[in-house]
Amino acid sequence: MSQAQLRRPVESGVPDNKQFMHPTLLKNYGNWKYHDRPRPGVLHHVSYSGDQVWSVRAGTQRQMDVYTIRKLCEIADKFAEGHVRFTIRSNIEFMVSDESKVAPLISELEANGFPVGGTGNSVSMIAHTQGWLHCDIPGTDASGVVKSLMDELIVEFKREEMPNRVHLSTSCCEINCGGQADIAIIVQHTKPPKINHDLVANVCERPAVVARCPVAAIRPALVNGKPSLEVDETKCVCCGACYPPCPPMQINDPEYSKIAIWVGGKNSNARAKPTFMKMVASGLPNNPPRWTEVAEVVKNILHVYKDDARPWERLSDWIDRIGWPRFFEKTDLPFTKYLVDDWRGSRANLNASTHIRF
Amino acid sequence: MAKKLHDTPNLDELEKGPWPSFVTGLKRLAKDNDMAVDLLGQLETSYKTKKGYWKGGTVGVFGYGGGIIPRFTELKDENGEPIYKDAAEFHTLRVQPPAGMHYNTDVLRKMCDIWERHGSGLIAFHGQSGDIMFQGATTDNVQGAFDELNEMGFDLGGAGPAVRTSMSCVGAARCEQSCYDEAKAHRLMLNTFVDDIHRPSLPYKFKFKFSGCPNDCMNSIQRADMAVIGTWRDNIRTDEALAKKWFAKHGMNELVNDVVARCPTKAFQLKEIKDVKKDEHISSVAISDTHAVEIDNHDCVRCMHCINVMTGALSPGQDKGATVLVGGKRTLKIGDLMGTVVIPFMKLDTDEAMDELVDLGQRIIDFFAENALEHERTGEMIERIGLVNFLDAMGIDVDPNMVSNPRMNPYVRTDGWDEEVAKIKAKKQAA
Repeated sequence: MSQAQLRRPVESGVPDNKQFMHPTLLKNYGNWKYHDRPRPGVLHHVSYSGDQVWSVRAGTQRQMDVYTIRKLCEIADKFAEGHVRFTIRSNIEFMVSDESKVAPLISELEANGFPVGGTGNSVSMIAHTQGWLHCDIPGTDASGVVKSLMDELIVEFKREEMPNRVHLSTSCCEINCGGQADIAIIVQHTKPPKINHDLVANVCERPAVVARCPVAAIRPALVNGKPSLEVDETKCVCCGACYPPCPPMQINDPEYSKIAIWVGGKNSNARAKPTFMKMVASGLPNNPPRWTEVAEVVKNILHVYKDDARPWERLSDWIDRIGWPRFFEKTDLPFTKYLVDDWRGSRANLNASTHIRF
Repeated sequence: MAKKLHDTPNLDELEKGPWPSFVTGLKRLAKDNDMAVDLLGQLETSYKTKKGYWKGGTVGVFGYGGGIIPRFTELKDENGEPIYKDAAEFHTLRVQPPAGMHYNTDVLRKMCDIWERHGSGLIAFHGQSGDIMFQGATTDNVQGAFDELNEMGFDLGGAGPAVRTSMSCVGAARCEQSCYDEAKAHRLMLNTFVDDIHRPSLPYKFKFKFSGCPNDCMNSIQRADMAVIGTWRDNIRTDEALAKKWFAKHGMNELVNDVVARCPTKAFQLKEIKDVKKDEHISSVAISDTHAVEIDNHDCVRCMHCINVMTGALSPGQDKGATVLVGGKRTLKIGDLMGTVVIPFMKLDTDEAMDELVDLGQRIIDFFAENALEHERTGEMIERIGLVNFLDAMGIDVDPNMVSNPRMNPYVRTDGWDEEVAKIKAKKQAA
């Protein structure tokens, strides 16, 4: 095919959202007064104009087949005035301007297997990545981990019984595309990359790979007469940063790529400033199809938090109050030397006071 | 009818349990789609071996340099032939969503029809950068799928060292906390940079995110190179009817323990009505016949907590705008960085003000393109050169709102001090 036959793209960028927006939202744009939550999974917004809208939130599998999407459209047309939106955590929201439509909509969603919830003090859907399904550098799967865990947390998704909202994320490598969360599940490699020296020269731009290493552990080398790269394994922190620009530096390992659990990331500015999450457990096996060892640790942290935190304490607020020693004591997680930060700026993470809880 | 399903004992486990199953969805697609059959085969292999089998490559659409995520299988037999040949090419189209991710069923159905014709039938709403991800097309089908989506008014998102797809919260469309028109800012900003989205030529990725209030539902401080977060300068507004209603329902213990005690700067106090301070910086509202809450807005840091708890009774002020932070990112390479305040407050209520925001974005990207090292994010660049050098280049004056505290070491050459003081004085006098 010659280029002349190819269609030039229309560089339209972001489409105008007003063409898709529910009419009550459009009419009251920028004019909302307050909201409440009549039940878990339902938000009720009231406008200064007196208009009201009920939003029913439901969980999805995010990676959806067209039949699932069409089913959601059918429900939206029949029960929800034909408009939907998605949240940042891949929940779908159906807006209705008539309260009497809420209950039938919920019944229909639940009858079709879409759990209604994810609002307020619930455990919402897990923000996640692509994993083995589509990523080129994954240490584990994403959708499968999420499905397994949400099967076990669905009750907390459908209720609002946690001290405050709980955001979870999973990431299938240390780049952490899943993002900061109250509890995050992230691959943690434990061995340096295995290098296929036959391929490096042809596949990798060697200076760029050298530059990518955060600890300067990679250097050019001649191996078996071929230009390649070598890793100073005493310096290597097994982060996997060299693997994307140089696939012959295989970092993923079925046994030695483990899973770590991080807690206390908070996105919001509410109460304390936003916080980054902290590693509290590692060495968990990457164990498909159900990742039961990971699920046990996450569920345990959630249960301890639920029992012990006060209302409105996010996970990070709760730990601020009880302190890290008690966090590890209550969750029965071992505090190992690997959890003492030694990266740049690490002294800010050490206790420079006599503030010690007994 | 598609070919026969491969045995997938591991994936079958993920059809059990109450949460919606992507495996069940894939199997439904596999009834009449060979690509889905083989995708399941390859994914099952990953579940057995705990290895990924995709590699990247170069696949694109005519006129663009990015936006397609190419995936070729690496799972091959001894002759180098793909074991799952119908999923040997499984590329993704990243498509930019409308701000706030609003859709009607008509547009969603059209997307499904297009993806059924050209792709695997698997669509993710949405990826972590906010893209609608149309997952699974052969190299030959990518152009056709894009052409049809593009005809519908949708466009590809960013990939590689480019301006990336952006996200904004539901904002003004449905949220009382919205402090500016997030969708307008999102669309105006991103559509200024379509060239930088479609033709990756920056040092590394650049992300914008737009949150309407400090609750920052888009997680922008931690993730965005440029975070635009709504806020306000005047007093928190109050509504006595809703405040009394809240108190009647929740009572004194909750007011004291959940609101008063949780105010980060102790700006929020409970008082007898007769003792409430009368001052232009005070917001106050009666919660009963005897008691009122008193908020000293000068001490308030706009954290949103009391407003979140007592929504409607309390709400953001009317002199609204946004705070802009620059430099948020996750781990690689130097460790996590949050964004830093570079504009403590700017109005965004006029077209001119919006243009100023876009102009700031333009100048930041121009500076980033010129000065960042390869594979360096804005946060790392600022860490390397220092915030003051960055601000100098942007023509932005330093402001104590940009720091947690002033410098804690003497390692700085200060022989320009008097000159700086004179400049600040002159500016004050001119204002």
